[in-house]
Amino acid sequence: MSTQSDTVVRKGLSPRKRAQRSRLIQYAVLVAVALFALFSADWGQIGSVFFKPEFIKSTFQDGVLQALVKTLEYTAGAFVIGLAGGTVLALMRLSSVGPYRWLATAYIEFFRGLPAIVVFIAFSLLPLAFEGMTIPWDPYGVVWLALGIVAAAYMAEVIRAGIQAVPKGQIEAARSLGMPPGLALRKIVLPQAFRIVLPPLTNDLILLVKDSSLVFMIGVAADGYELTGFGRDLANTYSNLTPIVVCGFCYLIITLPLGILVRRLEARAEKSR
Amino acid sequence: MALVEIKNLHKSFGSNHVLRGIDFTVEQGEVVCVIGPSGSGKSTLLRCVNLLEVPQQGEVIVRGEEITDPDCHLDAARAGIGMVFQQFNLFPHLSVLANCTVAQTTVLRRKASEAEQVARANLDRVGLNDKVHAFPAQLSGGQQQRVAIARALSMDPALMLFDEPTSALDPELVGDVLTVMRKLALEGMTMLVVTHEMAFAREVADRVVFMDGGVIVEQGPPAEVIGNPQEERTQLFLRRVLDPTHVQDL
Ligand SMILES: Nc1ncnc2c1ncn2[C@@H]1O[C@H](COP(=O)(O)OP(=O)(O)O)[C@@H](O)[C@H]1O
Ligand SMILES: [Mg+2]
Repeated sequence: MSTQSDTVVRKGLSPRKRAQRSRLIQYAVLVAVALFALFSADWGQIGSVFFKPEFIKSTFQDGVLQALVKTLEYTAGAFVIGLAGGTVLALMRLSSVGPYRWLATAYIEFFRGLPAIVVFIAFSLLPLAFEGMTIPWDPYGVVWLALGIVAAAYMAEVIRAGIQAVPKGQIEAARSLGMPPGLALRKIVLPQAFRIVLPPLTNDLILLVKDSSLVFMIGVAADGYELTGFGRDLANTYSNLTPIVVCGFCYLIITLPLGILVRRLEARAEKSR
Repeated sequence: MALVEIKNLHKSFGSNHVLRGIDFTVEQGEVVCVIGPSGSGKSTLLRCVNLLEVPQQGEVIVRGEEITDPDCHLDAARAGIGMVFQQFNLFPHLSVLANCTVAQTTVLRRKASEAEQVARANLDRVGLNDKVHAFPAQLSGGQQQRVAIARALSMDPALMLFDEPTSALDPELVGDVLTVMRKLALEGMTMLVVTHEMAFAREVADRVVFMDGGVIVEQGPPAEVIGNPQEERTQLFLRRVLDPTHVQDL
């Protein structure tokens, strides 16, 4: 950094004055951009494309809330599969048996390295490739599986870090009381590990809510539409973006509180450290 | 028969030969204090008694059972050996009561009501019956260590191992823990205690073991080992421990 030349050039101004002037300039730019946007944009046009009141109303009438529920159901099921699978993978990665470690590492690297959409396309083609193959609980089974196997790869790394963050003394205390390894893991290590990974795991949940939008790649029937599929379909029908905007807000209703929760949990963890 | 019998114990970490042939015994009801400079292998020796460290050579026999034998039911043997750590190692996600019951119900398969009764009795013994529902983080270091003692006692151990139980405590909290240990000793508990508390060792121990460089240099009644050490290394160590200006050297 060229701090030296800066101090030479701006010899005349104190740091506080300089900060003040910089802030002033920033506000000036902001006001200029806002004014430009205000006068140059066609607000009537924008309003009728993105926020047309009658389309907002019909989006609700056509069942945006059912789509919201579908998004939640898809996410919840996938989260459960991801959590269970991620825990198993994390334990495999920490196993003293080499092949378990290699298998888990391969799985994790594979699914973290792929775009999720590729996995979804693969799942959408499964019934074609294997004729007569069905995954139970249509459409939930296939959605949960597709979302869950990717989520498991991400969660495995988070959970592994959480398990390793539990102090070694905890395991020693448990073992010295006569607990066998599995029992010590269940009663002592995992409960503490999950407390540690609650914030990053909630982050994964947020990602999962958004990734559930990829479900439309599988090609579920209309009554299985989640928010994105539903919004896209309706926007096409109306040739108007309002349904997509409504669906976007629905995502935010889920993700924003979760985001706040993550920050709360992180602050709490920080405090108790 | 001795409660603990250790024969020709050797333990290395990589090329670091930490225990170099330890032979000693602890009799039923005996209180043995292990003293010695930092790094001399005291903790390692203690941890070999319940096989938290696995020795490369030698035998550890507790209550007639050779726990260094690969066929030994290690978890069952450990359940009968209480261990108290320097850093307490309470389970932070469990209440004080649950800390004292979790191993009872799972390892000893006691009924929840019985386990709770035992836990409460032992918390009473360490003077913490009013903290039953607290969590470890809400307790002082001295209280945490007393809970750790109650947790170990709740398994009805035949032997208690203490690894510098007061070393992590603020000086004003040391007394409470030592009081509990003194009481245990008077009740006849067999205890193996690694400690730097010379006054405690002198008063409570039946026998003091001085370790240095992975071997037992000298052992005997406290009046002899601490009061009138024969070996030069013991004399040097005690001079440094007992002279307050040298306490830092430890
Ligand atoms: N888990 C371990 N891994 C490697 N070295 C260890 C381990 N535990 C202890 N040591 C080494 O063994 C030696 C003795 O340690 P320890 O038994 O803790 O001594 P003390 O308790 O008398 O201070 C030290 O040199 C220490 O570094
Ligand atoms: Mg030590």
